[in-house]
Order: sequence, then structure tokens, then C-alpha cells
Amino acid sequence: MKRTIHMPHEPGTPALEMQDVWVNYASRLSPGNGGARHALEAVTFRVERGERVAVVGPNGAGKSTLFKVIAGTLRPDRGRVTIFGHGPAGHFCIAYVPQRNQVDWNFPVTVEDVVMMGRVRQIGLLRRPGKSDWATVHAALERVDAAALTHRQIGELSGGQQQRVFLARALAQEAELVLMDEPLNGLDIPTQEAIIGILDDLRRDGVTVLLATHDLDLAAERFDRIMLLNRRVVAFDKPGAALQSGNLLHAYGGHLHRVEDGDGLLITDTCCDGE
Amino acid sequence: MNWLLEPLQYDFIVRALLAAVVVGLVCSILGVYIVLRGMAFLGDAMAHTILPGVVIAFLLGWPLAVGALIMGVLTALGIGALTERTSLKEDTAIGVIFAGLFALGVAMLSARGSYSIDLAHFLFGNMLGVSTGDLILTSALGFIVLALIYLFYKEFLVLSFDPLLAETLRLPTRFLNYLLLLLIAVTIVVALQVVGVALMLAILVTPAASASFLTRRLPSMMIVSAVIGVFSGVAGIYASYYLNIASGPAVVLVATLVFLAVLGLAALRGRRSPPATGLEAGPEAP
Repeated sequence: MKRTIHMPHEPGTPALEMQDVWVNYASRLSPGNGGARHALEAVTFRVERGERVAVVGPNGAGKSTLFKVIAGTLRPDRGRVTIFGHGPAGHFCIAYVPQRNQVDWNFPVTVEDVVMMGRVRQIGLLRRPGKSDWATVHAALERVDAAALTHRQIGELSGGQQQRVFLARALAQEAELVLMDEPLNGLDIPTQEAIIGILDDLRRDGVTVLLATHDLDLAAERFDRIMLLNRRVVAFDKPGAALQSGNLLHAYGGHLHRVEDGDGLLITDTCCDGE
Repeated sequence: MNWLLEPLQYDFIVRALLAAVVVGLVCSILGVYIVLRGMAFLGDAMAHTILPGVVIAFLLGWPLAVGALIMGVLTALGIGALTERTSLKEDTAIGVIFAGLFALGVAMLSARGSYSIDLAHFLFGNMLGVSTGDLILTSALGFIVLALIYLFYKEFLVLSFDPLLAETLRLPTRFLNYLLLLLIAVTIVVALQVVGVALMLAILVTPAASASFLTRRLPSMMIVSAVIGVFSGVAGIYASYYLNIASGPAVVLVATLVFLAVLGLAALRGRRSPPATGLEAGPEAP
């Protein structure tokens, strides 16, 4: 297979590191809107290779903004972002799995077309997909157990199937850092488990995953660490330590309904649509 | 079959037919991206903004396409820059430029005695006045547009379906966005003489909209759209000849009839819109 020039990954560096990252909302010329409001404030953290991190926080906490900064599609106003030892600019090893309502499901593409999009950079300008690219695409679909969907139109997929297809696209992209923006919203428990199973499989390849979710139970049970975000990083720790009620109150404030029963804490967020 | 051949004895009809084929092909294929990316308003606006360029070329005796091309490129760059640099919503930025330049074009034209005839030609096309030189220029520009759509096929596909993926793959998204605007500008120049400024939007979006009901993949959508576009062009010229109606509106009316027929067909098959969205899709497969 043709190797493409790629930003090198420095050995021994973390998958992702942020130092004092700030993002303003009002950083563009906008009429009648003085004063900067911060979408992210002094965000500092690091994520090791192969880690699986749940990013948790109320709506408007900056989860999507954080992901866009990591993906390199939004430049922070201040601070430094390093991916495998270098700035985000040259990397195309970062896969961003969009929120479901950000995708036009009526677009005239089939499942294999969508997965092939992950290879567009590796194929290169002015070239067509070759045999090896199709082989990569079909292997990726096989791996997320979606080979039967290959020729389906994407509008015909269920919610869980959509997530599998976008994970297959990340695989075809040979992504090493996968950002998933609330992929589990509205999926039933077995489907969520199936998606987590695919993430387990990715972890064996050393793929690092950041996943935004509203489901604190799931975050506590199936992730290595939890980042509580509310514009600032309120806590970033192993699930038990991160989800202490003090941290939760700090992150969610009045938006949190806490119902303490016999053996634990039942927590529901007030809403769960996109930011 | 005589009725098919009869008009061909006139050279100007033959040239009009050839022009209609080129326009039908180029507009309906590029139109697929306009429909998929929701750029219809932009397309309409760009068709109107080239008017001052066309009028200046007309007054100076230059080929109209040259004036249109210069103005089209300037508009494409202007709209791109205005939305990129300010927080104006894109449709507001387009509206400001669109109306201002259109007014300028009409104002310049109104200083002349033959105002109403000239204006009618610019607004609704003058297909039967296509010269051999026009035809060659139109074909050359059309070929360039189709070649670029072919060469950047997979990049335009990613950019249209998932702009964030295009950015994370570090594709040259700014270049591609401007390129698409330029292609729209050039396509409008190609179609100017055939359908005119006011009806441009129809030839850009109607065949592609029809094709979206009939197809499930981008390449087939482009092919079906092209077939509908070329058919509308040719059938429109014949309709114009036999019914003695203006050629631009005739082409657009044929395209609209095709759209209505396709819509009726889709409704009969119980598919009023393209397939249901994922959120409404059936139960999860195991």
C-alpha cells in the first residue's frame, strides 16, 4: 500500500495533551455583541495512548467545542494542543464521529461510500480508490459487524447501525484518536453494549477514544477515566474519584437532579440534546 | 419522424440545440451539488450578480461571457470572503451583494434606448441568437467545469456530506469551497444565453431535484440529472419551435413537467421524499 506523508508520532508522548486552552465565543466580528464569553477556560489535561475517556457535562459545557479543538477544526484563542507530540495541524489520524443530527441521512451515498470517505486523504488528490482501499473498507465493515449493510443507503440504517458505520469509517481512516460526540444518545442498552464492544476491540490496537455522553452510569462502568467538563475541567480522574458529589454539583449546578436511594446515587441530567 | 427533422434545416436551430445540450449537461451535473449542499439561493443570487458584468461587456462590444466570467469570479470571491470574515449569516451576505449588483446592471442598461428588448434577452435568454463563436466558448467552459467535477469528485463528495471530516482529513477545504463557487459562476456563464438570469436557478436545481427522487448514489444521481437536463434542453427547443414560445421558458417548463411527473411517480410508490431518516428507521438488527 502507498504510504502517505503523515505527521510523525513521537514515541513516549501522550496521545493528547492540552495546556491552558481558552476558546472565546465572540472571537469573530459580530455586530452588537461586545465582550468575550468563554466556551472553554484554562483547559489543561493529558490522555495516554489507548485510554478510553468519557467526557461528561451539562449542555453548553463545551464538549463539542473541546472536540473541535482537538480535531484541529477550531483554533483555540490561547493555549497549546499537542497530539502524539505535535500540533494538530498535520495530523489526519483523528476521527470525529459527528452527532447524529449533524448528518444528512438523505444524502445519496451507501454505507461503503461513507466508509470510503475515510480513505480520501490516503488515496490522495486526483486519484481513484484502488483495490487495497476497497479491501480496507470492507475489512473495516467486517470488523464492526456491519458487512451485511455494505450496499445499504445510509437513510435506511438504525441508530446503532449508523454508529457502526461511522466507526468503520474511523477504522478505514486508520485513526489513532477517535472523538465521538454523544454517540449513544437514544440507543437501547444492548446496542450501547455492542458499540462499547467495538471500542474494546479498538483499544487492543492502541486506539485512544474520547466519548461525550450524558450517561454517568455508563461512564463510570465502561471507561478508564472521566472528564467532568463545564467550560473548565472540574475533575479528570478514575470514575470513583471523578464522580464525587462535590464535583458533580460543581459541574452541573442546578441542572442536576439527585435522587439518593439505598445503594447509590441516581443522577439524571435535565436534557440531552446537542449543544 | 419528419417533425423531428424539420427544424434542423435552420442553422440557428441546430446551434440552439447544441447549446441546449451543453447547458443541460453542465448545469444539471453541477446542480446536484447545489441541491445537496442547499446552495440554491446562492446559485440564484450569483446568476443575478453577473448582470452588471454582462451589461458592461455588451456596451463595450466584448463577448458577453467575458464580462459575465469576470463578474462571476468577483462575486464568488466576495461572498466567500464576506461570510468568512464577518458573522453575517451567509444568506444575508448574499442578499446584500445580489440585490445591489442586480440593480447596478439594470440601471446601466436602462440608459439605453433598446432597454426593454435587451433586458428581456438578459433575463430570459436568447437561445436562437447563439453564434458559432458563442457555442465554442460555451462548450469549452462547460468541458472545464465537468473535468474539474470529475477530478475533484471524492473531495467534493466528502466536503458536501461531512465538512468536518474534510477538515480532519486536512483536505484543502477553503480551496475546494472557493473552487465550487467558481464552478457555479462559470456554469452560470455557460447557461446565460440559453436560459437567462431570471430562469437560471431552474436549470441548476430542477433536474437534480428530480434525480434525487430516483437515485440512491451520487454518480447515478448525476447521470439521471444529466439525462433530464439534456432532454429538457432539447425538448424545450422543439416546444419553442412548434408552439412559438420563448426558448428559455420552454426549456424550464419541460424540466418542471419532468419534475412533476417524477414527484407523482414517487408519491405513487409511497416515497414522497428520499428514504426515511435514521431516527425513524426500523428496530435495531442484532
